[in-house]
Amino acid sequence: MTIPLSLTVNGQAVRADVEPRTLLVDFIRDHLRLTGTHIGCDTAQCGACTVHVDGQAVKSCNMLAVQAADRAVTTIEGIAAADGTLHPMQAAFRDHHGLQCGYCTPGMVMSALDLVASDPAPSRERIREALDGNLCRCTGYQNIVVAVEAGARAMSGER
Amino acid sequence: MYAFNYLKAQSVADAKSKVAAATDGKLLAGGQTLIAAMKLRLAAPSDLIDLGGVAELRGVKAGNGELTIGAMTTHADVAGSADVKRRIPALADLAGQIGDRMVRHMGTLGGSIANNDPAADYPAGLVGLGAAVVTDRRTIDADAFFTGMYETALEPGEIITAVRFPVPQRAAYAKFANPASRYALVGVFVAQTSGGVRVAVTGAGPVVFRVSALEAALTKRFVPEAVEGIAIDANGLNADMHAGAEYRAHLITVMTRRAVEVANA
Ligand SMILES: Cc1cc2nc3c(=O)[nH]c(=O)nc-3n(C[C@H](O)[C@H](O)[C@H](O)COP(=O)(O)OP(=O)(O)OC[C@H]3O[C@@H](n4cnc5c(N)ncnc54)[C@H](O)[C@@H]3O)c2cc1C
Ligand code: FES
Ligand code: FES
Repeated sequence: MTIPLSLTVNGQAVRADVEPRTLLVDFIRDHLRLTGTHIGCDTAQCGACTVHVDGQAVKSCNMLAVQAADRAVTTIEGIAAADGTLHPMQAAFRDHHGLQCGYCTPGMVMSALDLVASDPAPSRERIREALDGNLCRCTGYQNIVVAVEAGARAMSGER
Repeated sequence: MYAFNYLKAQSVADAKSKVAAATDGKLLAGGQTLIAAMKLRLAAPSDLIDLGGVAELRGVKAGNGELTIGAMTTHADVAGSADVKRRIPALADLAGQIGDRMVRHMGTLGGSIANNDPAADYPAGLVGLGAAVVTDRRTIDADAFFTGMYETALEPGEIITAVRFPVPQRAAYAKFANPASRYALVGVFVAQTSGGVRVAVTGAGPVVFRVSALEAALTKRFVPEAVEGIAIDANGLNADMHAGAEYRAHLITVMTRRAVEVANA
């Protein structure tokens, strides 16, 4: 049995009928076809599925779509400019080799943005703490931390 | 995950009647434990009653030498609350160490203590501070609330509405986190309260417990050295691939010492 759901995704109003058991990540990927949000573990461990709900990072594999009713969801697709120019945090990941295969990257970027929203100039230690829930099997994290630091600087207008 | 009916509660009274009307209804708080269990089909409720929209269950109130924290207050909100940071910084610190950033944005105080995972952090905070769990029908002392592994004193359908934390003279929480899961391998909450010194341990046993030998030593002298040399019996403690019972027993004294250092700092 489906129930009606309305919410905002990347600034657009969305209405759909969903089964209550639909996970937010499946709603985003399968219903909305926004496949930038990845499923790495499906057990709330890896953070590849991280999106923002009302500005806060959450693991969308561990949340029901109906829990996001009437709230604002932002996915990785929602952060670049309309003309496709990368968000400064995305650009920093590219410039500083913050990714290799890229599977973890959307989640890393969304977690990084959540951190920078509350701490515009985080220390490397804070960055490592904030990315506790995001796993990367490629990079060894070093360049991710460097990228987040640079992305935060770029966002506050310094280069 | 098996299908279920989804119902949004408007108030505690509404949640109560919705749970009562369901064949096998379960409350949904942050879902950080329950949704995972449902995905694994370890839980298959007929109805989920979502407390997410119940405003009266959220927030921190200060007064009368205590803090009252609503059951639906998230770990992130407790960690960030100015009142909690000022009056019981140890509790804000504990909440800020739960899981990771994303889990803290969703997970709640009520969900955590209702679940009573043997390695969860809040049980140590509640027992360490001598808190009281307020439900839709009564108030339960923390000492009597956590009854066993994943077991609490809650009756079927009983809803936690808030927890009342008396403000201690000083307190601290020291957690030795499992490096993979971030749950407590051993976590020790130490508090100097009007009712005496309390030492509550999570992660080490099947359920949170107090250690009278440590409490007695710290009552005499509330300094880190006071617990030096106190050996904890490893009998009955948890042993798994992450740590043996003897190692956990050893960590209890070590983490107690560290907590006292922080409390006195
Ligand atoms: C990756 C990860 C890491 C984690 N690490 C830690 C950690 O380090 N330390 C730690 O302590 N926890 C940890 N957790 C658990 C986390 O704190 C959960 O949020 C918590 O255990 C459950 O809270 P919830 O609000 O999500 O409850 P839910 O999952 O929604 O509910 C849990 C149970 O409580 C019941 N319940 C919920 N609210 C009430 C209420 N008001 N009254 C009565 N019953 C209620 C539900 O019916 C259900 O049975 C972790 C979780 C994850 C996914
Ligand atoms: S897919 Fe959600 S945390 Fe891994
Ligand atoms: S870049 Fe491959 S998992 Fe992080």
